[in-house]
Amino acid sequence: MNAIHKKRLIIVCVGVVAFAAAAGLVLFALNENINLFYSPTQVAEGEAPVNKRIRVGGMVATGSVQREPDSLKVLFVVTDYENNLTIHYDRVLPDLFREGQGIVATGKLDQNGQFRASEVLAKHDENYMPPEVSDMLEKRGVDATGTTAKP
Amino acid sequence: MWTWYHKLSSPKWFYQLSGQWLPWIACAAVLFLGTGLVMALAYAPADYQQGNSFRIMYIHVPSAILAQSCYMMMAVAGGIVLIWRIKLAEMVLKCIAPFGASITFLALVTGGIWGYPTWGTWWVWDARGTSMLILLFLYFGVIALQSAINNTSGAARACALLSLVGLVNIPIIKYSVEWWNTLHQPATFKLTEKPSMPMEMWLPLLIMVVAFYLVFTVVLIMRVRNEILEREYKTNWVRKLIDPSADRSIKSSVKNGGE
Repeated sequence: MNAIHKKRLIIVCVGVVAFAAAAGLVLFALNENINLFYSPTQVAEGEAPVNKRIRVGGMVATGSVQREPDSLKVLFVVTDYENNLTIHYDRVLPDLFREGQGIVATGKLDQNGQFRASEVLAKHDENYMPPEVSDMLEKRGVDATGTTAKP
Repeated sequence: MWTWYHKLSSPKWFYQLSGQWLPWIACAAVLFLGTGLVMALAYAPADYQQGNSFRIMYIHVPSAILAQSCYMMMAVAGGIVLIWRIKLAEMVLKCIAPFGASITFLALVTGGIWGYPTWGTWWVWDARGTSMLILLFLYFGVIALQSAINNTSGAARACALLSLVGLVNIPIIKYSVEWWNTLHQPATFKLTEKPSMPMEMWLPLLIMVVAFYLVFTVVLIMRVRNEILEREYKTNWVRKLIDPSADRSIKSSVKNGGE
């Protein structure tokens, strides 16, 4: 490796590192805007604006889903295991929507601190397993989703 | 090490060596792809939540991994172009970009097809999806830059610079699901941890990932060999390769005033 190659190598390395640092700072500054949704804790702490279109996300609390028998209206609580947020929704829920699973809802926060959703998307985690395994786990009393769920 | 490096960077030597490797790598690619697909579609059990729709993972995850690896390889080739001005690296850089763009597109499309039944939407502007889309545009940028500049080595240096600048996107894609809230789930495969699924599910995935890398290698070698022939067509060894009686034809073409 001669002198000119060494010089070019240094220039390229310095360039890449400098650019990465700049990009890192930009992303750090934009941090709040890159997050897809607010967590229930952020909502509870008043970080989420009221009456503006926002997204919130969390785990559907077990036993919290209440459906109206003669319409699509549904009410459920999402949680990050610290704070809870009640969500109202009146459209079709995705197939993967179930208690203990993560969701992301788009809508507006009302004055009472409840969330009126216009769209609910289901999150799923990276833990895949055959149905027999999850049945077995359930029989042993371990919740297949709850144990691995991240707050 | 250095002599080997210089030898491999000679187009002639690479052409001859890769010609010997190619059939073996191609056989391995077919073998792995076939085994992987059969295992993924027939033997892997359905997921307890998503049923059979999770099987698209066996295309989605390998293509997403490969999309990023391709980019890193392109950037490394770019670094070599800028520092050592090696012709073979210029060719590799040029040949990776279209494949990388296709595989990124495949990852995005399969992601949408997977997202629709599971999330409830084709597309969401979360950090993972958006950074993958930027990767696709970076590939498009390299392809466009390559064809916009007529001067071969000038085009290579411009593309090298763009691919090095875009390198910063790779860690962003990788960690997007950890640094920010996203709809996308965390990584399927982590190098440091045990896979979060049973063996009969991750083994087909591993085979598919290897198969995708092998297919990439085969396509890359074929494209680079083509590129070598195109760029080196004036050299003696390429002429001899095309026409064994080339010695005479070169002399006669010189007599006739050039090519």
